Amino acid sequence: MNSLLNVIFTTDFAFSLLRVTTPILFAALGALISNRAGIINIGMEGIMLVSALAGVIVSAYTQSAWVGLLGAVLSGTLIAGILAFFTLKFKTHIILGGVAINMFASGGTVFILYLLSGDKGSSTSLASKVLPSVQIPLIKDIPVLGPILSGHHILTYVSILAVLAVYYLLNRTPLGLRIRSVGENPHAAQSVGVSVVKIQYTALLLSGFFASLGGAYMSMGYLSLFTRDMIAGRGWIAIAAESMGRSTTIGTALTSLLFGAADALSNALQVLKIPAELIATLPYVATVIGLLIYAVSETRKKNKKVKSPVAK
Amino acid sequence: MFKVKYFEVIRTAAVILIALAIAFIIISLVSDQPLKTIGIFLWEPISTKGHIGNVIEMAIPLMFTGLAVSLLFRANMFNLGAEGIFYFSGVVASVLAIHLSLNSWFHPVVAIAAGSIVGALLSAIPGILKAKWNANELVTSLMFNNILFGVGLYLLNYHLRDAKAFANVSYKFQETAQLSKIFTGTRIHTGLIIVLVMIVLAHLFLYRTKWGYELRMTGVNRDFARYSGMKTAKVIILVHLIAGFIAGMGGSVEVLGMYNRFQWASLPGYGLDGALVAMLAKNNPLSVIGSALFLAYIRIGADMMARLSDVPSEMISIIQAVIILLISAEQFLKFWKNRMLLKEAKANA
Amino acid sequence: MEHALLEMRGITKVYPNGVVANHDVHFSLREGEIHAIAGENGAGKSTLMKIMFGMEEPSEGDISIRGEKVKLQSPQDAIDRGIGMVHQHFMLVPSFTVAENMVLGMEPRKGVGFNYNEAVRLTEETARKYNLAVNPKAKVEDLTVGMKQKVEILKALVRGAKILILDEPTAVLTPQETEELFVELQHLKEQGHTIVFISHKLKEVKAICDRITIMRGGRSEGVFQTKDVTEQEISRLMVGRDVVLKYDKDNVPFGKPVLSVDKLSVHDSQGKALLEEVSFAVREGQIVGIAGVEGNGQNQLVEALTGGLHAVSSSGSVKVNATDILAADILRIRSLGVSYIPEDRMRQGAAGDASISDNLISTRYRSKDMNKGPLLNGKRIAALAASLVEEFKVRCSGPQQPIGMLSGGNMQKVVVARECSTSPQLLIAEQPTRGVDIGAAQFIHQKLLELRSAGSGIVLLSADLNEILELSDSLLVMYEGEIVAYFENPSKVSEEELGLYMLGINRQDKQQIGRAVNHV
Repeated sequence: MNSLLNVIFTTDFAFSLLRVTTPILFAALGALISNRAGIINIGMEGIMLVSALAGVIVSAYTQSAWVGLLGAVLSGTLIAGILAFFTLKFKTHIILGGVAINMFASGGTVFILYLLSGDKGSSTSLASKVLPSVQIPLIKDIPVLGPILSGHHILTYVSILAVLAVYYLLNRTPLGLRIRSVGENPHAAQSVGVSVVKIQYTALLLSGFFASLGGAYMSMGYLSLFTRDMIAGRGWIAIAAESMGRSTTIGTALTSLLFGAADALSNALQVLKIPAELIATLPYVATVIGLLIYAVSETRKKNKKVKSPVAK
Repeated sequence: MFKVKYFEVIRTAAVILIALAIAFIIISLVSDQPLKTIGIFLWEPISTKGHIGNVIEMAIPLMFTGLAVSLLFRANMFNLGAEGIFYFSGVVASVLAIHLSLNSWFHPVVAIAAGSIVGALLSAIPGILKAKWNANELVTSLMFNNILFGVGLYLLNYHLRDAKAFANVSYKFQETAQLSKIFTGTRIHTGLIIVLVMIVLAHLFLYRTKWGYELRMTGVNRDFARYSGMKTAKVIILVHLIAGFIAGMGGSVEVLGMYNRFQWASLPGYGLDGALVAMLAKNNPLSVIGSALFLAYIRIGADMMARLSDVPSEMISIIQAVIILLISAEQFLKFWKNRMLLKEAKANA
Repeated sequence: MEHALLEMRGITKVYPNGVVANHDVHFSLREGEIHAIAGENGAGKSTLMKIMFGMEEPSEGDISIRGEKVKLQSPQDAIDRGIGMVHQHFMLVPSFTVAENMVLGMEPRKGVGFNYNEAVRLTEETARKYNLAVNPKAKVEDLTVGMKQKVEILKALVRGAKILILDEPTAVLTPQETEELFVELQHLKEQGHTIVFISHKLKEVKAICDRITIMRGGRSEGVFQTKDVTEQEISRLMVGRDVVLKYDKDNVPFGKPVLSVDKLSVHDSQGKALLEEVSFAVREGQIVGIAGVEGNGQNQLVEALTGGLHAVSSSGSVKVNATDILAADILRIRSLGVSYIPEDRMRQGAAGDASISDNLISTRYRSKDMNKGPLLNGKRIAALAASLVEEFKVRCSGPQQPIGMLSGGNMQKVVVARECSTSPQLLIAEQPTRGVDIGAAQFIHQKLLELRSAGSGIVLLSADLNEILELSDSLLVMYEGEIVAYFENPSKVSEEELGLYMLGINRQDKQQIGRAVNHV
């Protein structure tokens, strides 16, 4: 046990916690926005994968990491747009649409990678760029906190700002109010002239935007290249985090951090001979348990309400 | 009457044609010799006995998962858990294939039965959560996919792994456990017979038994089923058990039929492909045969194309995505159906 | 000449399925009045009001506001022209505060943000102006029904509504809340607002409305000064009939009781009584009609008889033959020989995408003669389906056609065929001919009478008074969850007289009502 604590209470661990949480957090925020608009986007994994590849390709050809980031975000948002078009215009089932996006991405990225680099495994032959890490003046000199908080990848800081931005968007802007109203009672929204379809388009595009930031981080920060299936379930963890976080911004952010910790711990826990494969399932187990507790309590509440004895 | 009745068939055909057209366009853009490549894509899978064998081998797992998903969709259950169950039951069957010593008749039977039963039990969990507490079966089943994969991979890496092998694979299966080949010159195994029997049984179950009737009515209109006196919660749990059983059987059969070691280090994807097969088959058990063969055909075509030309086989996932997006699009070609309906209404008036 | 504030002329609405909901309807609204639209369910009130609020477009006819022709193509158009609507099912977002609901779609801004304080201020200001006290920061889900309604009214007012349409506003309110609402409406009227009040509660209409437009069967039956007409006259105009049905019934004596309902009371989760001490019996070969304006407890009664009531608190007993079924599940109740033709054939009565044959066997597929070993007996089922399709004259291409492709009347025939062909001990028939053409309706009536001759007991609930008076052997009237009248010879009762009981104007004494238990 001591050895475990020794691992956890190090600045290295705290630093890596933020590092591994970043992509989960981005995607979870994306899932949050679309879920609040009443439209569940399970294509997160696929959107992240596409944007990760796009970031590598665009940055390799333009030799600019920033243009690469732009390319990543545009392509991820475009994929979300395609999903939105099919589900909102053609009435494709949103879940099957998400399955299609994931299928497209897992093979499509390898297809394009192979065409451009002749390699199906990774983008080593493409000279792609990475986004910079940032030392924060003053903070970096504080003992303990400095090494934890400073020196992160720029998108890690962006992800923290994104939590604030999404919170502000959902709770403090007219658009957020409309998104939440469409998710909760679309008839009410429609009766006062709010276009449900327009809001859902917007929400899906935003979910694609945030997921693609997570994707860009994977190939232009977390790693400095694209490898096939590099998202490795982070999109699903994000959906789990959003569900566990009960669709609130704070809850989603905290659960993302918790699931990030499970990820960061998987190495640490191996010291205790707990296999990484099992630790990797923790977020999903936690989500099923969370979902179950919620469903049971909802059912109880409903039964209680109607079965309560009548006061005469 | 005539035309509207065949609308769904026409629509499915249109989707397949569009998907193939997109395949041709991609090939034309990518390949140096587009015509030759298209020829390979379309012709090679059926050119030799061996290749036809490949198509059928590939179709077997797709039929299993397609059948499982069809039944779930038939009951209006949005459950994509066949993926994880297929994988995990493969692990279970592998354990028995490695560690049991039985004769070559009983060994596969026991291993497959164990895999199927484990699949049924695992699948029942989201079913019970749905039936009893209305917990969203989609989310639980998706989470279960990842959980089962993690546990399965753990078993592979810590308990089944053959340290002497070069790759991340299990010990060799006992020869008694492996399914025998049924056509010389191909690797088609007895799993084909098993899956065809399952499909026929599922067809009989769905259309000819009272339980299948309950399942169909619950899927079409749960209020109606309840009003008629059916216990819909039980129906939902039952369909999960059956679908899990079939998906689990698929994983077990695939492992024992095609490999001599367990070697999936990632989810093989057959569960999600099963959703595509089910959609193409309009959730009809017998049609699952055709739609699985079609999917296997274009996949083997893509594999051949990758081997013999300059276009990578991953093109196929783009085609699959297009098929899913269009086949489940209610509004796709709907305007045409409406026009036909109007015409018929006028003709009848 | 002074223009009416809002005028609808020659409004006809034909829905795509061929239902004519409004037929050449005229409606004229004067500035500053409270104008009632009264009529039975299905009289075309809701359609007219949807057209007024831009939710539906009329097939023919035009609308003008202050003499100027307008086209209302969406609720937004109506809102822009100063029309507001308070829906019966509130259009509110439960987790939002009152202020947030108030401004949804027209949010005040501060920079890029939503100015919540301004929303609160606006809510307070509007609430004060119209004397409708609400707490802007309260969550809507925590409010009482009456409060929610206030929020709905304020929502319309804050969007500048000068004409306010209220759809059955008192249906969900307690008497105290209703009083309060009336005070508020008077206040709004004094401030120059015009109110359209949709209701079939005549006392309320008399209490606060200046004029009344009466609708029946999709047509407007005339406009009256409320003070010039009596409740009796209104009731007569509302329930008058065009087509009169006449049937010959056999005079077979009734048998033993198949259904006995004893002191059945049902309360909702808030303790409001939905049924109060309802007692009656049905004997073999007897049709007991239950009349009443919808929403007076009939739904709960049907649920209690058919096993849908598990979720609410109840007392008393419901016995089929000697078995108490109040706590039994549907399968058990059906196995006792109870059949049920539900009110809503699309939701409960049929599985739209399934075949006619599948729909016909849903209550008997378990029986021995439908099965052969583990399989269903396809031949028997096909023979049964074919014979029922023929016997009930279902117009279709064959028993394998999906039922959803049939017309309403033919679909209902399938439902009736299924429920009547199992020789039930007791049949609950709820609106058995709603929305079907007259031919199909008469056919269904014949079938019910055949069943009666064969000795089944039948409970018939219908909003069609002609139907219920003509078919029933005895008749109960329900009002606010209670039986308020019992007639032994319904064909001698006039529709006008019945209307007085249905609308709560008259009520019989306990002794007369008590006769429903033994029919003596």
